[in-house]
Amino acid sequence: MSDRLLLGFFAEEDEVLSATRALRGSGLQIADIYAPYAVHGLDKAMGLKPSRLPWICFALGLAGAAFKVWFEIWTSAEDWAINVGGKPFNSLPAFVPVTFEVMVLCAGLSTVLAFLIAARLYPGKKAPQFDAAVSDDQFIIAIEQNDAAFDPKLVAELLSQHGVVRVEERVGASQ
Amino acid sequence: MASADWPLSAPLIAGDKTPGKVTGDICAVLDSRPTSLWWGGLLLSLALLLLGVVAISYQVATGIGTWGLNKTVGWAFDITNFVFWIGIGHAGTLISAVLFLLRQHWRTSVNRSAEAMTIFAVICAGIFPVIHMGRPWLAFWMAPYPNDRGSLWVNFRSPLIWDFFAISTYFTISATFWYIGMVPDFATIRDRAEPGLRRDIFTVLSLGWDGSQMTWLRYETLYKLLAGLATPLVISVHTIVSWDFATSVIPGWHTTIFPPYFVAGAIFSGMAMVLTLMIVARKTMGLEDYITVGHIDKMCKVTLATSLMVGLAYITELFVALYSGNEYEQFAFFNRMAGPMAWAYWIMFSCNVFVPQLLWFRKVRTSVLMVFVLSIFVNIGMWFERFVIIVTSLHRDYLPSSWSSYAPTWIEIATLLGSFGLFFTCFLLFCRFAPVIAISEVKGVLSVGRAKRKGGAA
Repeated sequence: MSDRLLLGFFAEEDEVLSATRALRGSGLQIADIYAPYAVHGLDKAMGLKPSRLPWICFALGLAGAAFKVWFEIWTSAEDWAINVGGKPFNSLPAFVPVTFEVMVLCAGLSTVLAFLIAARLYPGKKAPQFDAAVSDDQFIIAIEQNDAAFDPKLVAELLSQHGVVRVEERVGASQ
Repeated sequence: MASADWPLSAPLIAGDKTPGKVTGDICAVLDSRPTSLWWGGLLLSLALLLLGVVAISYQVATGIGTWGLNKTVGWAFDITNFVFWIGIGHAGTLISAVLFLLRQHWRTSVNRSAEAMTIFAVICAGIFPVIHMGRPWLAFWMAPYPNDRGSLWVNFRSPLIWDFFAISTYFTISATFWYIGMVPDFATIRDRAEPGLRRDIFTVLSLGWDGSQMTWLRYETLYKLLAGLATPLVISVHTIVSWDFATSVIPGWHTTIFPPYFVAGAIFSGMAMVLTLMIVARKTMGLEDYITVGHIDKMCKVTLATSLMVGLAYITELFVALYSGNEYEQFAFFNRMAGPMAWAYWIMFSCNVFVPQLLWFRKVRTSVLMVFVLSIFVNIGMWFERFVIIVTSLHRDYLPSSWSSYAPTWIEIATLLGSFGLFFTCFLLFCRFAPVIAISEVKGVLSVGRAKRKGGAA
């Protein structure tokens, strides 16, 4: 992300959507968009790739389940096999419920952890915000200025066409 | 969404809200001083909780001989309460996860508090098996950790160990889901708060959330994944609870219908509890615009549907007993309906099957008072369902010479009251210190099904 950003403030979600499409249509780079709630279709308008979190969820869920199956067989049939009511030491069908629970636990917790790492969220982090109203009802489109396609006149026109409320500039933003 | 069809269905949120108003309305509850009604409720809950603490301390110090159990009836009040509380929790997961996957937008008004209800109910439920062990300080023996007894491992073939894993996973995943759902709202509270302790607390809790769309995209993915995991989880949890009974050889317990029957019953009882809590919460906190009569109407329909499933299960059980030709099975059900505990069976049947039939009428579903009374009936009926399943299946076993009866002691009743105290204490504290309604999710559904406010290109 460059250190010169132009911030367009919006009040309505559909204006953000149309403005995003228009800006990207004229070849401008959108650094990020800040929104008080998840706006449907905005990720597509911004051209963001789908998140890879499902792969983490799948892989670690599978790993957790595999470990648990091994652990149940090892404890019940190898390490200290105990005859319970004449049931086979390796009672695979009876191991299914716990395996399922451990799979869900591993998949869920690891996906949350992966999310926090990917989004760089941690307790005590100061939110690097442009405006506190983003968590209330304000939308902000941050546009890269260090870009060959960036033409101030064109950008101003596009933004006002789509109902921008106000425009600000940030230089050397910490984001 | 260029031209919305007319007539439109009623908006999900009443009162023509804008995102800014939503923030204001829901945070107003947190900003204002607690009402005397809240203090009254909290004091009453704390008193009940204290009663429960005294009762539990006494029975742990003395032993579970303080209960009304005997050689024939080895499970009764505590396991009834355990299954009752676990069931209550399931509606929270249904609303937060299942309805999310089914894209039922109305859930946004109730999912936060329903999830809170889940977590507190699971905490209440967890107490009972632990004290039932008799030596609760050794409860950690349930975990398969390397120990100096061999290592002697737990028996993974036992439904009781399945239960341990199911309940602890359910609690962990539900609590995580709940917390992750609150992070954007914590950021909203943080940004509104004056500098000071409150702001610092919410700065920590909100994890530095800044509303970036890249984060929202990952967040939505995460939310979907957690919902997808919680949905089979909730079914597995009550299935496993039912296996505590179904894998035994007791007539009345040993039936294959138990897993679906228990899951439907759990959602039924949980929905009733959600209705009870929501009707009180919307009234006392002035959230009528968010939890509308439309929401109550929809939850009533779920309640009615699950009531019918439960009723079907009751009748199926009777039919299977008749059709099986098994004398013991037939006796178990005849004894339920006409034995010395028939009163409990008929309370169960009336509260769970007959009374909810009133919900067929729109007039009843849209009358908040009627729904409230009805939901209390269902709560009572579902408690009795577990009592009937457990006690009437046990008290007259194979040998008439060992037939017995069961009545709870005051210790057991005090423990049940104490669990209600714990539940309501947690819930009232939650209402004061966390956003009861998912602020960011409600903002996202303000314009569902209708044209956006200004003519955008969306």
